[in-house]
Amino acid sequence: MIKKRINIRMSGLGGQGAVTGAHVMAMAASKDGRFAISNPFFGAEKRMAPAESYCRIGIERIYDRGELVFPDVIEVYHPQVITMGKSYTMPFYSGIKEGGVVIINSDVPLLGDEDIQRLKDLNVAVFYIKGTQIALEVAGTELSTNMTMIGSAAGITKCVSLNGLDLALQERFGKKFVASGGTATLDEAIKKKFAKKEMLLQKNFATMKVAYELGAEWAEKNNVELQVAAMAA
Amino acid sequence: METTSVIGTKNKKGQVYTDPRVMMNEAPRTPSFFTGSEVIKEAVRRASVDVMIAYPITPQSEAAALIGELFAEGYIGDYFRGESEFAVMSECAGAAFGGARVFTTTAGPGTMRAMENFPMWAGARLPIQCIVTCRGINSPLSIQPDTIEISYLMQTGMLVWHAETAQDFYDWIMKGYMVSEEPDVHLPLALCCDGFFVTHTKDVVNLTPADMCLPPYDPYRSPVPCMDMECPPVRMMRDPFVMKSNYISYATHASWQQEVWAAIERSRKHTIAWMDGLIETENADADVLIVSSGTAVSQGREAIRLLADEGIRVGLVKIKTLRPWPGEEIREATKNAKYIIVPEFNVVGWMAREIKASIPNSDRVIAGPHVCGGMTMPPEIIVEQIKHALGIRSAALAGRGS
Repeated sequence: MIKKRINIRMSGLGGQGAVTGAHVMAMAASKDGRFAISNPFFGAEKRMAPAESYCRIGIERIYDRGELVFPDVIEVYHPQVITMGKSYTMPFYSGIKEGGVVIINSDVPLLGDEDIQRLKDLNVAVFYIKGTQIALEVAGTELSTNMTMIGSAAGITKCVSLNGLDLALQERFGKKFVASGGTATLDEAIKKKFAKKEMLLQKNFATMKVAYELGAEWAEKNNVELQVAAMAA
Repeated sequence: METTSVIGTKNKKGQVYTDPRVMMNEAPRTPSFFTGSEVIKEAVRRASVDVMIAYPITPQSEAAALIGELFAEGYIGDYFRGESEFAVMSECAGAAFGGARVFTTTAGPGTMRAMENFPMWAGARLPIQCIVTCRGINSPLSIQPDTIEISYLMQTGMLVWHAETAQDFYDWIMKGYMVSEEPDVHLPLALCCDGFFVTHTKDVVNLTPADMCLPPYDPYRSPVPCMDMECPPVRMMRDPFVMKSNYISYATHASWQQEVWAAIERSRKHTIAWMDGLIETENADADVLIVSSGTAVSQGREAIRLLADEGIRVGLVKIKTLRPWPGEEIREATKNAKYIIVPEFNVVGWMAREIKASIPNSDRVIAGPHVCGGMTMPPEIIVEQIKHALGIRSAALAGRGS
């Protein structure tokens, strides 16, 4: 299905980088010449508490803001979003549109029979990715898990290009960035994992690319055709 | 004749003091992908602000911290943290009495805690700019957007503007100083937005060049003498008339309070010139109009698209300024509308009340949909409200998968 807009809801836990994930994705779409906005929604910031962010990408100006009640894509950054109900909505896929995609970061299947059936009825495809494992293997830190979530969504839907993601990554981590104290601390933490800034950018992009290819391959094999229309010339 | 104009000269950071009209209307713009908080920083960088006073409260903390960065870079005359929001707003008054261009930011409970100072600022004719990134104020706690605090600000004698997007914010911060520092206005401005939806959202914003800045504030353009102990406004606080004679006190209030509200009305002509009108309309001849301000306008724009896909034509009135209230403009824009839908991010519906009080046949006004406490307003619920008004059946929203 080719759409004028794709709405992505990222459900994660505080500290995992879901907020950064949405921002990087929207920046990438903007670099690609599409319209995009991203915004986070969280309670008083707490590590491991539910945190959500939203990224809207399309071919016309986007006004819609706030929590995504009717998403096309849902990304689950952590198994606890499902197993412990650490989600803003119950079930975590509430409101997903027909023909949508759910991407879950988990080594093992997490959905019960009822959920599987309900998603099937809505023609929603479910993709499991061992995101944290890939992050550890490729980047050497689980802090790069968010890169696998962005990469896989991009690979499946092609809503942003790898080039756009590369440019967005450079903009986000290549220069001084001031946000909340919590975000600044996390930025420092991830920078300490890498000897040089170039290494951080390179390893994170490599992580993203692995996930992109896995997502693209899966989408092709399973005929998942959720995509954003091309911009008019 | 020797000129004393600073236009064309440079400040200590090498920015050129530029004619504000040239800077805002003619200078080239660069598209940037920024959060609203970053946009506030970029506007302040170009606004020749003398004093910024900060106190942390979500969702304005990021903007306040970013302006601290600006101070570190040397763009702000002075920057410090107050002891509470009440202290911040009192300190802002002191700085403005001293002749400084003052900037501050607050939100939700912070706005309420500081409230005593706002009518004092207005009565003292201090052109302070306060960014209000609205959030919920009642129990249970919320850090997310709810616009109820604006309804309190509307009675303070301040100018109150409500930005829809980060672009509005960027332009209005600078234009706001230009309007509020006019000698026949000289009032504080509460520049509001819906927290998170603007402050934490990344969007494309067109920025003016970073090497251009506004001319500095000239305190001698104030219509009241600076710190004159015998004249208003200082005279009224140092040695209040009420201590001497109730009669003199009443007489002073009768003239002075009317003068403050007259100054709000006098700001119209400047605001119209700077902002291309106090309202903006789209498809204003439609039978159904969505009328609101802030993020409710953005959600309304999306609802209009969804309804257009179904062949239902709906128009829009975006209200930019709440004080001055564009009553005449709204009356004119809604004169042919059969249904006036007023979506709001608060439970009381203050916007619908204001509109009802401004137009004939106010039973055309449908107050709602309302969300509150930080809840999002999906465009689909505005669509549902409009269909309900038109007598069109629509599928129930709860649990629907498309």
